[in-house]
Amino acid sequence: MIDTPPIRPAAVAAPRRAIIGARLRANPLLVAGGAVAALIVVVAVLAPLLAPFPGDAGTATNPFAVLRPPSAQHWFGTDHVGRDIASRVIYGARVSPLIAFFVLLIACLIGIPLGIMAGYFGGWLDDLIMRVTDIFLAFPALLLALALAAVLPPSLTSVTIAISATWWPWYTRLIRGQAASVAGRPYIESCRALGISRRRIIARHVLPNAITPLIVQVSLDVGGVILTASALSFLGLGAQDPTPDWGLMVAEGQNYFTTAWWVVTFPGLAILVTAFAFNLVGDGLRDLLDPRRVILR
Amino acid sequence: MTAYVARRAALAVLVVTGVIIVTFVVAHVIPGDPAATWAGPHAPPAQVAAARRFLGLDRPLPVQLAAYFGGIATGDWGVAIHTHRPVLSDLGVVAPASLELVIAALIIALASGVPLGLVSARWPGRPVDHAVRAGSILGVSMPIFWMALIFQLVFSQHLHLLPVAGEYSPGLLFTSPLAHRTGFAVVDAALTGNWPMLGSTLAHLILPALVVAAYPAGLIARLVRAQVLDTVGETHVQMARALGFPERAVFGRYLMKLAWNPLAAAVALVFGYSLVNTFLVESIFDWPGLGSYAAASIGTLDTPAILGVTLFIAIVYVIANLLVDLVQAWLDPRIRLR
Repeated sequence: MIDTPPIRPAAVAAPRRAIIGARLRANPLLVAGGAVAALIVVVAVLAPLLAPFPGDAGTATNPFAVLRPPSAQHWFGTDHVGRDIASRVIYGARVSPLIAFFVLLIACLIGIPLGIMAGYFGGWLDDLIMRVTDIFLAFPALLLALALAAVLPPSLTSVTIAISATWWPWYTRLIRGQAASVAGRPYIESCRALGISRRRIIARHVLPNAITPLIVQVSLDVGGVILTASALSFLGLGAQDPTPDWGLMVAEGQNYFTTAWWVVTFPGLAILVTAFAFNLVGDGLRDLLDPRRVILR
Repeated sequence: MTAYVARRAALAVLVVTGVIIVTFVVAHVIPGDPAATWAGPHAPPAQVAAARRFLGLDRPLPVQLAAYFGGIATGDWGVAIHTHRPVLSDLGVVAPASLELVIAALIIALASGVPLGLVSARWPGRPVDHAVRAGSILGVSMPIFWMALIFQLVFSQHLHLLPVAGEYSPGLLFTSPLAHRTGFAVVDAALTGNWPMLGSTLAHLILPALVVAAYPAGLIARLVRAQVLDTVGETHVQMARALGFPERAVFGRYLMKLAWNPLAAAVALVFGYSLVNTFLVESIFDWPGLGSYAAASIGTLDTPAILGVTLFIAIVYVIANLLVDLVQAWLDPRIRLR
């Protein structure tokens, strides 16, 4: 007779928390990135309180304070119509991260169901879905996004649609691989033998076991979407003038940058810092949750 | 091996066919009338109608698509509306400049990314590792259009170290004109022994190539680090250490050998990615390549030219991936027998 001690949840949970704590300490980049990312979200939420000239993020112009260099009053200087760049950069924290949120949401809403269908059911459906994603993946994402954004009227909505349309195939491919490997496992077969409905099997057993790599990938992609969106805005295919979009601000400052370096420098720096912070978080999360994967785009 | 090659080639053809259909559909949703652009401003309606007939825009869409397929197969990619020249010969003129830029960038990226990745994997968790990881993530987080402007500001305007823009100094065309052999300015200058021109082309190449290299360098450093750390515990590595090989040889020779294969796949992917990234940089550096051509095409609603650039890059991308797959299968029997 073998005496098995009862498993206490706390005894299992504590070491795991300790492991994660130790890994966090070993990964200062994740902590630093997380802090900066959180700060950016706070800035976006509190923009009206933090911006010294909230009106300058909108339609205001100050024709008598054009292209002033950075000073105590205007920390980052003023642009070609006299708007305070610091205020516009602060309000810009509401534009790019929000685009990233919607793009990743739409890409998941399209990519996950298609990937599950392809991976779980297999057969001709799998072939069809995967050949279509192959075609989409044959384009570099930015190229197709550019072509689509050039077709659509320039706006933030168009940028969101154009990038979403190029992003979902990656998630379909990722989820398909996971779903296919889960679908063949004995516990799914026993679910089928027990007569559990297909819908319930997918929702309760396949999806939860296939989703971790996707979460890692999505967190890694936030920075990439922000960069792509600001590139499209820089090319004039995205947000239009009064919108305080960082990419657009760099494009506008390009005409004056030999004499007024600050107009280009600060919005671009905001893009870099934001993308860097979210990429640090994504990279650190991957190490934490899924140390074996290296993702290429 | 033959069966594997046939299967991969068939898949590549299928993908290119799909790409043609997707680009065609996208281009025909573009609002505006290319025939009006072709005929010029204030053209009488009869002339616009004639232009429409000449360009084949009056036929039904499936017929246009079929004609486009036939044309691509026979080397007729249509006539670019904004240059009034065949798209394929336009691409032949602009593609070498972009390819030169991307190849130079990838050489810089490999020369910096591989050693950095190895150093990082040699001392994991140490300050040097954290620094390389932060640096490589910084590289992939770089908005390169901004980096291009900042580099111009710092290296050209303030330090006067490098030329601001262009492919070479136009003044040299009078003293030592560039002979046209391959279309690659640096190669042509070197082939013809045109040393002043070679110096000028190289100096003009440095800034844009550094900017385009930011992303691939970061990617390569991360990949090499991950690959090396993945295999560092394996027995053949322990064997090499036990035999007394210095750490430098263990990392540079035995561990790096295993990383070349995934690295080649990554370089093929990042090649296509960088080719598109030149779209953001070429206009800033006034570089006469695909990006400048694409920007002009989008600005004039030039459907055949937009289709041509998109298709060209997609085909380059598919071929690069196909080549890497074949080389990998040739090197590693496990892949072709899968």
